[in-house]
Amino acid sequence: MGVVIIGGGQGGFQVAASLRTEGYEESITLIGDEPHVPYQRPPLSKGFLLGKQEQRHAELRPAAFYEAQRITLVTARATTIDREARRVALDSGEHIEYNTLVLATGARNRLLPHGNVLYLRTLAEATDIRQRLAAAQDVIVIGGGFIGLEVAAAARTLGKQVTVIEGLRRLMARVVAPIVSEYFRSQHEAKGVDILLNATLQGISEKEVLLGERIRRPADLVIAGIGVVPNVELAHEAGLPVGNGITVNEYLQTPDERIYAIGDCAESPNSYAGVLCRLESVQNAVDQAACVAKAIVGHPAPYGAVPWFWTDQYDIHLQMAGLPAGFDQVVTRGDPQTRKFSVFYFRGGRLCAVDSINRPADHMAARKLIGTRATVSPDQAKDESFDLKGWSGL
Amino acid sequence: MPKITYISDNGVSRTIDVPLGDSVMEGAVQNNVDGIVAECGGNCQCATCHVYVEEKFLPILKPIAEDEDAMLETAASPRKSNSRLSCQLPVTAAFEGLVVHTPPTQQ
Repeated sequence: MGVVIIGGGQGGFQVAASLRTEGYEESITLIGDEPHVPYQRPPLSKGFLLGKQEQRHAELRPAAFYEAQRITLVTARATTIDREARRVALDSGEHIEYNTLVLATGARNRLLPHGNVLYLRTLAEATDIRQRLAAAQDVIVIGGGFIGLEVAAAARTLGKQVTVIEGLRRLMARVVAPIVSEYFRSQHEAKGVDILLNATLQGISEKEVLLGERIRRPADLVIAGIGVVPNVELAHEAGLPVGNGITVNEYLQTPDERIYAIGDCAESPNSYAGVLCRLESVQNAVDQAACVAKAIVGHPAPYGAVPWFWTDQYDIHLQMAGLPAGFDQVVTRGDPQTRKFSVFYFRGGRLCAVDSINRPADHMAARKLIGTRATVSPDQAKDESFDLKGWSGL
Repeated sequence: MPKITYISDNGVSRTIDVPLGDSVMEGAVQNNVDGIVAECGGNCQCATCHVYVEEKFLPILKPIAEDEDAMLETAASPRKSNSRLSCQLPVTAAFEGLVVHTPPTQQ
């Protein structure tokens, strides 16, 4: 009985750890389908590819932690949820009963309809890519989002010829303003990465990638980062509502009050977006996990943490706070030429998001400003003599 | 491997051999030292690996960078002159005997 968590990623781990911090005494079972203790994924596309970090650095806690905290790790894939019997079936043939079930099933990579292409999400995939990178010369990255660009930066840092193929007309188009896209394009190009925008992928063979009309690019390693698909099937088959993720209320609870869903797999009401929202980030996984742990021990509170994200490419540290969706005005604080600037996004005159490039103090102020719904005008935001930190109350 | 001593707010002391190049945070987390949470995994994004470094060791530490400085401002326990984020302290041979104190709370 007790709490059963399906998904051994950052969110699942954090539910287990937070439950113990909150004083939960019953059993905790964490089911993961990878043969490792829970680990963090962000380094896999950064320091791990560069050989600066190893598996043990990515592991969130050593095996001894789980023993000491009486958290049972089960390596298996959950196959069905029997809500009547409150029981999860595993592919090992075992069944585990629960009082409370937390779905932290995460997401999986979107796949291309081509062979000869690698994807990066798991430690095993990252290890494989790291080994192949060592022998590769021409690397093609498909997808100009966070993962693709982080992989491109790592490969270029390792001295490879790198081409990034993006179908849209700018980089990271889903999440940042044109000025930020343009900055990253210029920085990658200055490092010698070839960025192809508006590109149409036609085919991938063992030694080359075919684009549009007869454009061929040599490639001995092709890596795609083209987004993810939430793992909702288990919930759907159990009769739980699913949209762009497992649908939960502001307490991150499904209509079955014994079942919660958090992290990449869940869509929840988000006051910063004004709609149901599914976010893919460490922050979202960790904060939602802590929120659910509190609810389970009898202190439910609506989830309302400020969303934030980060990406590291070369020495460029981009930190994002808030959600820019639907922005209608953008102002810049600082000069991009100095390699340190922030972009403030406004929606209907209200600050909704801030992207900070190598300006961590702006980012921290932004988290606070957005979280407290502080009023900041575009003129104040772009005026460097305006005390942003003081205004935020930090 | 340099020996690093972690002393909790209620006086519990643990001394750990930490591999060169690992961070002071990793030394704690990989050995189940209480008092260091490291919620973001060592990416200088959360200030839950805040420590107070015994004064005499301050000169051997690398200076506080802008991102660490910004994060320290948001730490849950008071920032002091000897406050550091332990994820930003890669261990060198000079760290032999380093003593850090963990704050009353990280969250």
